[in-house]
Amino acid sequence: MNDAAMIWNLLAALLIGFAYLSAFVFIGGLLLRIALYLKTPVPLKIVQTPGPKSAPGVVARIAGDVLIFPNLFQADKLLWLGAWIFHACLFLILVRHTRYFLYPVPELVIDWQNISVYAGFLFPIPALYLFWRRLASSRVLYISGLPDYITLILLTAIASTGMLVHYFARVYLVDVKAFTLGLVTFAPVQPPQHPIFIAHFLLVCSLLLWFPFSKLMHAGGVFFSPTRNQIDNVLYPRYVNKWNEEVRVD
Amino acid sequence: MPEKFADFPATTLTWRKTNGGLAIPVPEMDEGIAAAMVCHPSKAKDMKPIALPTERVPHWQARAVEKLRELLEKYRGLSVYLDICAQCGACADKCQFYLGTGDPNNMPVARANLLRKVYRYYFKRAEKFLGGDAEPFNERVLKEWYTYFYQCSECRRCSVFCPYGIDTAEITMAAREIMACIGVATKYVTEVVAKVYERGNNLGIPAPAWIDNCQFLEEELKTETGKDIRMPVDEVGADVLLVMPSADNFANTDTMMAYGKLFYALGISWTTSTYANEGGNFGLFLNYQNMKKVNKRILDAARQLKVKRVIWGECGHAWRAAIYTNTLNGPMDFLDPPHPVHICQFTADMIARGAFKIDKSANDDLLITYHDPCNVARAGSLLEEPRAMIRATCNKFVEMPRNTIREKTFCCGAGGGLLTDEIMPIRMAGGKPRAEACRSTGANYLAVPCAICKAQLPEVMKHWKVDARVGGVHDLLSRAMVL
Repeated sequence: MNDAAMIWNLLAALLIGFAYLSAFVFIGGLLLRIALYLKTPVPLKIVQTPGPKSAPGVVARIAGDVLIFPNLFQADKLLWLGAWIFHACLFLILVRHTRYFLYPVPELVIDWQNISVYAGFLFPIPALYLFWRRLASSRVLYISGLPDYITLILLTAIASTGMLVHYFARVYLVDVKAFTLGLVTFAPVQPPQHPIFIAHFLLVCSLLLWFPFSKLMHAGGVFFSPTRNQIDNVLYPRYVNKWNEEVRVD
Repeated sequence: MPEKFADFPATTLTWRKTNGGLAIPVPEMDEGIAAAMVCHPSKAKDMKPIALPTERVPHWQARAVEKLRELLEKYRGLSVYLDICAQCGACADKCQFYLGTGDPNNMPVARANLLRKVYRYYFKRAEKFLGGDAEPFNERVLKEWYTYFYQCSECRRCSVFCPYGIDTAEITMAAREIMACIGVATKYVTEVVAKVYERGNNLGIPAPAWIDNCQFLEEELKTETGKDIRMPVDEVGADVLLVMPSADNFANTDTMMAYGKLFYALGISWTTSTYANEGGNFGLFLNYQNMKKVNKRILDAARQLKVKRVIWGECGHAWRAAIYTNTLNGPMDFLDPPHPVHICQFTADMIARGAFKIDKSANDDLLITYHDPCNVARAGSLLEEPRAMIRATCNKFVEMPRNTIREKTFCCGAGGGLLTDEIMPIRMAGGKPRAEACRSTGANYLAVPCAICKAQLPEVMKHWKVDARVGGVHDLLSRAMVL
C-alpha cells in the first residue's frame, strides 16, 4: 500500500469516527435536553391569551407554531416571509436527503425530488436575507452574537456544497449511497473520494455537534414552551405545583 | 413638559393613526440612555419582615448562581426560554419601554440576554466557547440587572410576538428573585409587601381608617341616592368577600361606591376584611414565597368570615396573582365556585341576566374608550367581560387601534412594581404608546379596571396632553344604574 492510500484510509477512518461522534452527540444531547425539560416542573399555569380551551386546541396551536409561525407573522411580515421560506427549504432538503439513508426510497421522497432541488437553489436567498438583516438593522445587530452568524454561515455553506456536488462537481451517487447506508447499518465503507462531498459531510457533522448546545434547540424546544403548549383553564380545575408545599409561609 | 425630568428623544416621535391601526414609530437606539433611571434600593426595616436579607449577603455571587440553578430546576419555562431564543428580534420594537426610551436594553430580547449571558457563563459552556456572549455574575452585571429588570413591567406584550411564546416576564421574575435572595430589591416593592404584613394592605391604611372611610362613603351614597347603601367591613357570614385594591377605599372611591351600589341592587350581602383589604399582590414582583404569603391572607380571611365566595375587585396584578390562588393556597373547594372570580366577570354575568335597570343615557356626556390592563387582559384572559359591561352601560364606546388593545395591549407604563416616582421619566416614556392610542380615539373617558393603571394613567395623560379622564369600569355602571 502506498503512502497516499494509507493517508486516505486514515482520513476515511477519522471521517467515519467523526460522523458517529457527531450523530451520538446530536441524538444524546437532544434527548438529554428534552429529558431535562420534561423533568422540570411547570409551577404556575401561564398561558398566552387567548389560549386554547381543549387538548386538540393545544395540538392545533403547536402545529401552527411549527408550520406557519403565526406570532412572527403578527410581529414582522418581511421577517416572517424570510424565516418561513428558509425553514420550508430546510424541510424539503431534509426530506430529500432521507433517500440516502433509506432503502428502498419511499414514493413520497421520489415525488418531491424536483421541488426539493429547487429548494436547494432557493435556500441561499432567505439565508442571505437573514444574514443581511442582522447587519442592516441596528436593533438586530445589537442582539446578534457570533453564534448567530456562525449558524447562518454553516447552513449556507452546507447548502452550497450540497448544490455543488449535485450539479457542478457531481459526486458518484452510488458511492454516496453505499457510504451513507453503510453508516446507518453500522457497516461503514469508505466515503467517495470527492473533496467537496467530504467538505459537505464534515459541515453537516459540525452542525449536528453544535445543535444541542445552541439556539438551534428552538427546533426541539418549541414543543415545550409553557405559554404555548398548555390548555387555557387556569381557574378551574385546580392546577397543582408539586413544590408549592415546600415554600413555607407561616 | 414638566421641567423636573429630562425627556427621552424617543418620546418626541409622532404617532399616526392608519387604516384600523396605529403606526408605531420605532426610535433609533441610544445605548445607555435609560441607565441612570434606577429605583431606590430597599431598606433593612422592610426586608426583615418579608424574609429577605437586610444587606448584601456574603459570597453573593456564588449565592446568586446557586439560586439560578435552583430556579432552572424549578421552572421549565425559564429553562426553555433561556435555551431556545433564536435572537430573531421580532420582539425588539414591541416593548413600550423600548418605544419610549430607545435604550437597547429595553428590547425584550436584550433584556433577557442580560440573564442569558450569565446562564451561558455558568451553565452553557459550549456556546460560550463558540463566541456566545457570556459574563460572570459581577457588580457590573448586577447593576445592569437592577436597572433593566426594574424597567420591565412584566406585562408580557413581547411574548405575543415571539414565535415560541418566550415570556420575558418569567425571565424578569427569575432575575428579581435571584437579586432578592442576595439582598437586592427596590424600596417601593419591598415597602409595599411589608405594609401588607403589617396593616393588611398596600397603602398601609390602618383598620380604623378603613372603617372610617367606608362610613364616609356610605354617607356619600346616602346623599347621592337617598338610599341606605352599606359598605360592610369584617361581617361574618356575608355571602361575598370582596378584595379590591386598597386604593379603591382611598383614591378611586367612585369605583368603591359602585361596588356598594352593585351589591345593594342585587340584594347580596358582602363584606371587606381589615385583615386582607388588598387584592394587589406585590409579592408577584419579588419572589414566589411572598406572592404565596400575600395571597394566603385572602383565603384566611374568607375562612374567618365564613363567606361563600371571594370576588376580586378592579385590580390588575391582584387578578394575575388571584388566578394562581388555587395553586398557591388552594384547594378553594370550601368556596362556591371553587375558584377566583373577578368583579367584571361577576357584573357582566349579572348584566347579561338582566339584574339591573340601566339608563345608558346617563353616560352620554362621555365618549368612552377602554384600556386593557396587561394583567387583566393578557395575563388574566378577561377580554370580553369589561367590554360587555361598557356596551351595556354606555351609548358611546370607541375602541383604540387594534394593535394596541386586547392581547396586544400596551402596559400603562407602571406595572410590575414601577409605580414609583424616582423613575418618573421611565413611567412617562412607557406610558406614551397608551397615551397616543387614547388620543387617536378622541375619547374623553378612559375606562380601566386596574388600580395601578388608575394611578399611572392620569399622570400619563397630563404629561402627554391627552384630554381624557381616567376611571373605573364599574364607575360607568354606577352612573347608569337606576336604583
